[in-house]
Amino acid sequence: MSTQPPTPAAVTDAAARAAPARGKHRSLEASSARFAYFMLAPALLCLALVAFYPMVNTVLTSFTDSTFGQNTTKFVGMDNYTKLVQDPAFRTSIWTSLRFTIITVVFEFILGLIIALVVNSSFSGRGAVRAAMLIPWALITVISAAMWKLMYNQIYGVFNDLLVNKLHVLAINQDFLGNPVTALPAVAAIDIWKTTPFIALLLLAGLQLIPSDVYEAADVDGAGKIRTFFSITLPLLMPSILVAVVIRALDALRVFDLFYVLFGQRPDTTTMSIYVQEQIIYFGKVGYGSAVSVALLLIIAVFIAIYVVMTRWSAARS
Amino acid sequence: MASVAYNHVFKRYSAEAVAVKDLSLQILDTEFMVLVGPSGCGKSTALRMLAGLEEISDGEIKIGDRVVNEVPARERDIAMVFQSYALYPHMSVYDNMAFGLKMRRVAKSEIETKVKEASKILGLDNFLKRKPRQLSGGQRQRVALGRAIVRNPQVFLLDEPLSNLDAQLRVETRINLQKLHKDLDATFIYVTHDQVEAMTMGDRIAVMKDGILQQVASPREIYDDPVNMYVAGFIGSPKMNFIPVTVSGNTAKASGFTLELPKAPGIEKGVLGVRPEDLTEVPHEGFPKIEMKVEVVEVLGSDQFLYGKVGSDDVIARLDPQFKVSVGDAVPLHMNMRRLHLFDVGSERAVL
Repeated sequence: MSTQPPTPAAVTDAAARAAPARGKHRSLEASSARFAYFMLAPALLCLALVAFYPMVNTVLTSFTDSTFGQNTTKFVGMDNYTKLVQDPAFRTSIWTSLRFTIITVVFEFILGLIIALVVNSSFSGRGAVRAAMLIPWALITVISAAMWKLMYNQIYGVFNDLLVNKLHVLAINQDFLGNPVTALPAVAAIDIWKTTPFIALLLLAGLQLIPSDVYEAADVDGAGKIRTFFSITLPLLMPSILVAVVIRALDALRVFDLFYVLFGQRPDTTTMSIYVQEQIIYFGKVGYGSAVSVALLLIIAVFIAIYVVMTRWSAARS
Repeated sequence: MASVAYNHVFKRYSAEAVAVKDLSLQILDTEFMVLVGPSGCGKSTALRMLAGLEEISDGEIKIGDRVVNEVPARERDIAMVFQSYALYPHMSVYDNMAFGLKMRRVAKSEIETKVKEASKILGLDNFLKRKPRQLSGGQRQRVALGRAIVRNPQVFLLDEPLSNLDAQLRVETRINLQKLHKDLDATFIYVTHDQVEAMTMGDRIAVMKDGILQQVASPREIYDDPVNMYVAGFIGSPKMNFIPVTVSGNTAKASGFTLELPKAPGIEKGVLGVRPEDLTEVPHEGFPKIEMKVEVVEVLGSDQFLYGKVGSDDVIARLDPQFKVSVGDAVPLHMNMRRLHLFDVGSERAVL
């Protein structure tokens, strides 16, 4: 065998053995990966400390009867969760958060889109309008809430003055925030006022990504303005709409500050976040409050999952 | 199908920025008209005014017998192929082509027939379900063409449709476009900065510069009888040689030679225009001899270009590649007097 000339197989074999370059290449990759991890480590450590540890701790606490001012804590298994499922106050808080989310996101999207379309067209003073429209968003939420609380005031608020004394739409002064029927729309209005500019900004960025020649092609193709909006603008804006709506929905589901400033603790205006705060801070029920937090996390996770599926779907479509 | 007329058309963006100045141009029914010029010469603006994408500042544009100044783009019954193709990114190839027909409320079955027909001509049958971003540049370009064809419009407008294609594809598509024009028997108005595209495709060429129409004529006429130095230099590759001369009577004196003009042009300072192929190494009766000092030799197989000096003037000559020349040689060349051009230095107009 060894006296025979090398077969082609033997030659390739030899070639393979004489190729340490590939192995070297791999170790080069490994060393650059090591370097990458080394560079990432501080950020990952921070993240673990401020995000991962509290989350894990919350989940663990949710399986205990941990209570403020009580030294012994014992493991109670699923007790908190079985209680949670039967807790009508918790269910009401979900419903309150959901209603708030739906009202605000729908109005913010529609108004934001209209503003974005207007600002995207060219007119004189466009720069000033773009800057001015961001003012509500730039204000601190607690301050806006306090401001609107004054405007809603039953006795000297500007809304009552306008509706009763000036426009004569209402016969008597209303307590917008006190009345359970108007409380939620009233607080939603504040959020809409404050956050519509943010949606408009996101959608404006999306609109500016649509090349102008596509509109010209549609014009030559015979599409009118309305048709162009529905056939060209809206589909091409879809990715931005998706991002804007989901970001807003996630924010709205976790709403705390507006409700806390306007209502404090009140059963009919308790959102999920207020409920968590109430359980842990007011009642000191750390274990049960943690379980509510985990439930809140899961509900939000559902929306994130919907978002991920939808972006994949829209990416696959285009 | 229809003719198109520009009558004293202006496009002003401001008092100083005038993109198109007093453009008057008649385009015949079923003609292939090419608007050519460097970027910023107003050719695209002229086309976009016809399309209805730009306001007409002054003058009038007619499609057929109809003045279209105030007619919106969607009612002008024109189709346009954009340089960027401007395909609808979220629609399939089929929907891209069908969109214009849907907008005109054409019956679904008829849309399907027309799109299938166009996609067959353009070789897009297998791509109808794809999105534009899944296509190559050449395929996208054909979709843009297909979108225009299915509409069966009065006039086709093409704005530099080949400039985003690679060289080989550009030549192929150029030929296909000419066939298409013949098959469709439609009016084509084609904008390009490429003089080769203009020469090869146009029934007539309109050369523009700085918003002003320089000359409208058939490719041969533009090449043989340019009205001024600009047209002479823009059309033809390599460029026409420009040699400054002083004229007295009918004698023209350049830095490297003197020659007798067929008649006295009546100017004192002029520029002699000689195309590179009108200089030949073969002596001819009545062709004056000049001597060229060769600096660079380019042999392209089918052609040979000599770059060098005659006197102190730069000259390019196009010779038979079989003719052996080396750098540094002083080559005797003979100038074809019948195809000589002479331009006035001040006005740059052709005087001979």
